[in-house]
Amino acid sequence: MSAIFLLIGASILVAGGFLVAFLWSVKNGQYDDDYTPSVRMLFDNEIEK
Amino acid sequence: MTAKGKFSGNRFAYLDDETTVKKIVSFSSNTLMTVTFYLPQMHCASCVYLLENLHRINAGVIKSQTNFQRKEIFISFNPQIISLRKVVELLSFIGYEPLINLQSTTTEKKKVAVNKTAIYKIGVAGFAFANIMMLSFPEYFSGGHIEQQGLKQTFSYLIFALSLPVLFWSASEFFISAFKGFRQGIINIDAPIALASLIAFSRSYYEILTGSGAGFLDSATGIVFFMLVGRWFQNKTYDSFSFDRDYKSYFPLGVTKILNGIEKQITVTQLQKGDTILIRNGELIPADSVLKKGAANIDYSFISGENLPVSKLNGELIYAGGKQAGTTIELEVVNDVSQSYITQLWNNSVFRNAKNTKESFIHPWSRYFTIMLFSIAIGGAIFWWFVNPAMILHVVTSVLIVACPCSLLLSATFTFGNMLRHFGKNKMYLKNNSVIESLAKVNTIVFDKTGTLTAQHFNDVKFIGKELSKENATVIKSVCSHSSHPLSKMICDFLKADEKLFVEKFEEIKGRGIIATINNHVMKIGSANFIFNADAPQQATTVHIEVNHVYVGHFEFANQYRKNVDKTINDLQKMNYELHVLSGDNDSEKNNLQKLFGEKAVLKFNQNPQDKLRYIEHLQQDKNRKVLMLGDGLNDAGALMQSDAGIAVTDNTALFTPACDAILDGNKMEKLAAFMRYAKSEKKIVAASFVLSILYNIVGESFAVSSHLSPMVAAILMPLSSISIVLFVTAASSFSARKMNL
Repeated sequence: MSAIFLLIGASILVAGGFLVAFLWSVKNGQYDDDYTPSVRMLFDNEIEK
Repeated sequence: MTAKGKFSGNRFAYLDDETTVKKIVSFSSNTLMTVTFYLPQMHCASCVYLLENLHRINAGVIKSQTNFQRKEIFISFNPQIISLRKVVELLSFIGYEPLINLQSTTTEKKKVAVNKTAIYKIGVAGFAFANIMMLSFPEYFSGGHIEQQGLKQTFSYLIFALSLPVLFWSASEFFISAFKGFRQGIINIDAPIALASLIAFSRSYYEILTGSGAGFLDSATGIVFFMLVGRWFQNKTYDSFSFDRDYKSYFPLGVTKILNGIEKQITVTQLQKGDTILIRNGELIPADSVLKKGAANIDYSFISGENLPVSKLNGELIYAGGKQAGTTIELEVVNDVSQSYITQLWNNSVFRNAKNTKESFIHPWSRYFTIMLFSIAIGGAIFWWFVNPAMILHVVTSVLIVACPCSLLLSATFTFGNMLRHFGKNKMYLKNNSVIESLAKVNTIVFDKTGTLTAQHFNDVKFIGKELSKENATVIKSVCSHSSHPLSKMICDFLKADEKLFVEKFEEIKGRGIIATINNHVMKIGSANFIFNADAPQQATTVHIEVNHVYVGHFEFANQYRKNVDKTINDLQKMNYELHVLSGDNDSEKNNLQKLFGEKAVLKFNQNPQDKLRYIEHLQQDKNRKVLMLGDGLNDAGALMQSDAGIAVTDNTALFTPACDAILDGNKMEKLAAFMRYAKSEKKIVAASFVLSILYNIVGESFAVSSHLSPMVAAILMPLSSISIVLFVTAASSFSARKMNL
């Protein structure tokens, strides 16, 4: 039975981790601009010597 | 990467002034400055590439980051290497001139578009909702009888703990809003939600703490989550549009001042009465001034709706807002910018008070809903008082918990949200959801003429008279090409002659016409007054031609109406809208307009901005009409503000549009009738979804009144009803849009 307690704890922790990740990403401005990054990733970075 | 060449000219010299720089930049220290600019020219992925590599063009730029949808660029640079002026000049040189206007210096920087707290709240509520749901499964699947007491208690207390941040943080705005409404004696739209969640939470906490049951916390947190999502969706609007611009966004920031014969760039706010300023071709006159030198041809089409540029003589007063067409002129300022004739309009009280959004039709419905709910609760209580008084509290709380006020709110929110999207697809950009309701209520439509019904400028030229010989055409074109008058330019564009002949003698008489000698022909080109020496009745804008003292005919300039305007007007009339036209221009188009609008329509000409505002007010107050105003220029700003719904028509959505409720692409004017019909369909869709929500409520309430409401039934009904209603209204509004060809 104690395995279940452990699992519940683990599941809440994992879920909590995702919540923190979500809040952090919002705070960090990842959702401020949902278009430009998709363009930006297509640019070739020239190798800088 | 290098930029070959350099920006020349000192248009941006005013950016050398330290106080101006301070007002524009968002952060400034000795080695770092950050600034955000709006770049109207940004239009493709390559633009993003170029703009984000500014640091490779100039080492002073530390970082540049674009936001494509908002057409904004954020630049951080080292002011010791590159000045703000140089940054702006660099941007202008590579083809992205930032929009810097009077608005840029006002302290109010654009608010962050997304309210992040709202998203945090949704995240927390969603997290709690999903986890509570999962932790409730053992309870549901075991039929409410978990054998191990320890396990049961663990689940209960975990659920309890998870729900606390939802109640005290995520849901707080509903409680605050409901409480505020309550104190003013109003049951507002948040009241039923606050009530339902308050009872659901408190009963659940009671059950958990006394061990008498599992509570309804999954439903309770679910309500909060769905409501927050709905509210967030409701507040989502277009990032790239600004619906509350005033004249400050129209006026430029920099102006050339002449002091002791030396040109100096200053900001418009520094202008004082008596200053002498220099206005070049295409530049805007920032303050009421008197002409001192040069040939002024002022294009007022955006300010007053007049089609034709007005020529002014030395000493004449020129109102702010006009654009000079032609050569450079010198003016003496007679009024401060904020005291100018056109900016006075903004002193009117309509601009100071936010448009009073009338109560949505949802609100009374939600009141009825609350009243119904209480009657059911009281009815249930009376019934159980006779049968089993111990059950009263159980039944009453169940009734209030299972009732679904959220579907009521969600249906409207998502219907409007989806309609907003469909309007946007057709290039009609609404400010917010409530505009749809305003549009649906409208019964009178007022049009501006220039720029709204017609294109901004004349583009329909006709020659009336005997057909021009090839020789005459060449001669006329050669003469006209020497004149900077806009009508001359239009004649040049209109005449198809290749050669240009040498003009021997050329004299332009301001405001009247041209006398020229060419190829031994004596030409007289000009107004009727100029040619005939008599005032001819001004029916249309004309230019008359005389060759060797023989009259050959005249050019007529007319507005070209937008595509399918006649059909649109016809459709609107069939829909029983009362149509009016308010024009700032003269009545030369009266006959055409009367034909277009029919005998009944009211056409008013020579209307100044205040007249327009007052006319709308008159329609609203004296005739009790709900008015939709369509206009394009600053002169319509007051009317747009005063009207119940104001639509700004524009040919380029990146350009200035006055404050309004919606921005419509000029090419889509033909869809106006469809837009109005679509707005009207909103009520039907919301009503249908209410019926659906009432069905759910009947099912839920019958469980509740018969005291059979288990947490599981509530947990199934609540998300089911919310999600199915959202799906229904989305599908219905999309279907309705397709039916109307939107």
